Amino acid sequence: MPKGLIYIILSVCIVIAGIVSVGLGAVHIPPGEVFLLIMGKLGIYHMQQVNEQHNVIIFIVRLPRLLLAILVGAALGISGAAIQGIFRNPLAEPGLIGISAGATLMAVAIIGLEATLLTSLSNLFGYYLLAFGAFVGAGITALLIYQISKHNGKPNVATMLLAGIAINALAGALTGLITYLASEQQLRNITFWMLGSLGGATWQTVTCLAPFVLIPVILLPASGKALNAFALGEMQAGHLGLDVNRTKLRVILLSTMAIGASVSLTGIINFMGLLVPHIIRLVMGVDNKHVIPASALLGALILIIADIIARTLIAPIELPIGVITALIGAPVFLYILIRDKRKLTLA
Amino acid sequence: MLTVNNVTYQIGQTKLLKDISFSIKPGEMVAILGANGAGKSTLLKILSGTNKPESGSVSLHGRALNTYTQLELAHQRTVLTQQNVVSLPFLVKEIVMMGRYPHYQHSPAAKDFQIAQTAMEATGVQTFAERSYPTLSGGEQQRVQLARALAQVWEQPHALLLMDEPVAGMDILYQQQTLAILRSMAQKKFIVVSVLHDMNLAAQYADRIIMMKRGRKWYDGTPAEVLNPKSVYEIFEIEADVFTNPSTLKQIIMPHEITFEQNKTSLKL
Repeated sequence: MPKGLIYIILSVCIVIAGIVSVGLGAVHIPPGEVFLLIMGKLGIYHMQQVNEQHNVIIFIVRLPRLLLAILVGAALGISGAAIQGIFRNPLAEPGLIGISAGATLMAVAIIGLEATLLTSLSNLFGYYLLAFGAFVGAGITALLIYQISKHNGKPNVATMLLAGIAINALAGALTGLITYLASEQQLRNITFWMLGSLGGATWQTVTCLAPFVLIPVILLPASGKALNAFALGEMQAGHLGLDVNRTKLRVILLSTMAIGASVSLTGIINFMGLLVPHIIRLVMGVDNKHVIPASALLGALILIIADIIARTLIAPIELPIGVITALIGAPVFLYILIRDKRKLTLA
Repeated sequence: MLTVNNVTYQIGQTKLLKDISFSIKPGEMVAILGANGAGKSTLLKILSGTNKPESGSVSLHGRALNTYTQLELAHQRTVLTQQNVVSLPFLVKEIVMMGRYPHYQHSPAAKDFQIAQTAMEATGVQTFAERSYPTLSGGEQQRVQLARALAQVWEQPHALLLMDEPVAGMDILYQQQTLAILRSMAQKKFIVVSVLHDMNLAAQYADRIIMMKRGRKWYDGTPAEVLNPKSVYEIFEIEADVFTNPSTLKQIIMPHEITFEQNKTSLKL
């Protein structure tokens, strides 16, 4: 199948899934009406009779949620693909190797240490501060894991996964510690924050997250060629004239920017970073020139669908979206593990 | 021209290379021989610019290696390393095209495709161009990596080819073919430096042999000059007969059998 066609199919699916998603919920709005209402808002089409209630539901509640799902999904997909490129293996999932936990720790630390600044978490500045803090936390953790797992210039899979366990535990413990030391107000903020999911979507969260995701989505595909060279090994990539350290720093910064900010707004959604690039590689091959941008699209699509399932499966109760992604993603992780068992040197 | 001047390299207190000097002209095919730990791979890393010498200097075409940018260097020298594990299932043709990465920004030009194709044909890997790299045998993988390394400097005669055990894991036919390819590259005025373990292959294909021991250059000359029972014993600590093949006039090295008793003493059992 031509690669261009795959991009088109993914984009069309995102639009269709998006329209379906916005229509679903306690108040059902038919896809046709959703489409016309959005067209109306964009000034492309003028509707005779606007259902005010539907209008409000769509534009205040469901559309921000959809956009948040798209942004977070794209962030998780693209950063998973890029991080796997840098770590040279398809098991480097940002959640599993502790990058997301690093982001969480930093976000909780900001809330815990500086509650006065954040008396109202819902203001835009608070969101930006948290997103940026989580980005720093994710970035530091990623660099740390990379250095720990590097052996003879190549990250070792086993060390990476084990270091991930340790970092997850450490970040979890520190997060717990801060929570215990927190004052009542801080604790309220932390708890509120930790409950974060796509359900908390507002236009503010969308505005806050957008730059953190769009910048990596625009800039990361240019690193595709460099990441291919990385697959040969750091030293070999250097022999091909690549500035290895610059590539590493650029990719880690851009991908943790996307993960960190997503985590700070919706909490940890595991296995997306593993599942999405895996499917893309099956369909399009392993060339990072395509894996990276296509993972952003498929990530967005899968998260929209996962959100639809989470909201409708046992409605009116809403399942945490992480449950859905883990249900699909964890078996894929096990599958890759079993398939590559011989190749994963545990020495 | 590759010139190495009094190069010394150490990690911590261990001197891995001591006072090494030589120069190699375009068109020369040089084999580096030595026992494990003699410093062969370390020397190759210095020559490739991956490691910087502690003291001394290396220059390529009259210009110090450390004044080249990474990219300039990638146009002038190519490296085949020992271990080449590729964790993602890239296709063979994709791996070979990576050799052209220093030559294009986003998309390969027609010339890049053509050179990648020629390099694949030269190394005999074009028949599995569409196969996934991890499914190949060790010897096949090594040939694909050779194709990639050659594609990198294919149109740059006088470029430096650094090969660290290029025939490791290959069967006899592949070994002979690989060295024949390297030899033909030398004839096209490339500078070819290979670390080899097999003295007979070195005698067959190299114009010149550098023998190393404990980080020093021990012998340097044509195979006929440097391959004899004395040098072989000094370098490898094995007794061997050295014959000359009457039809090719190349040296043949035949190590003596080591008995279990001797082995016990040498291993200090």
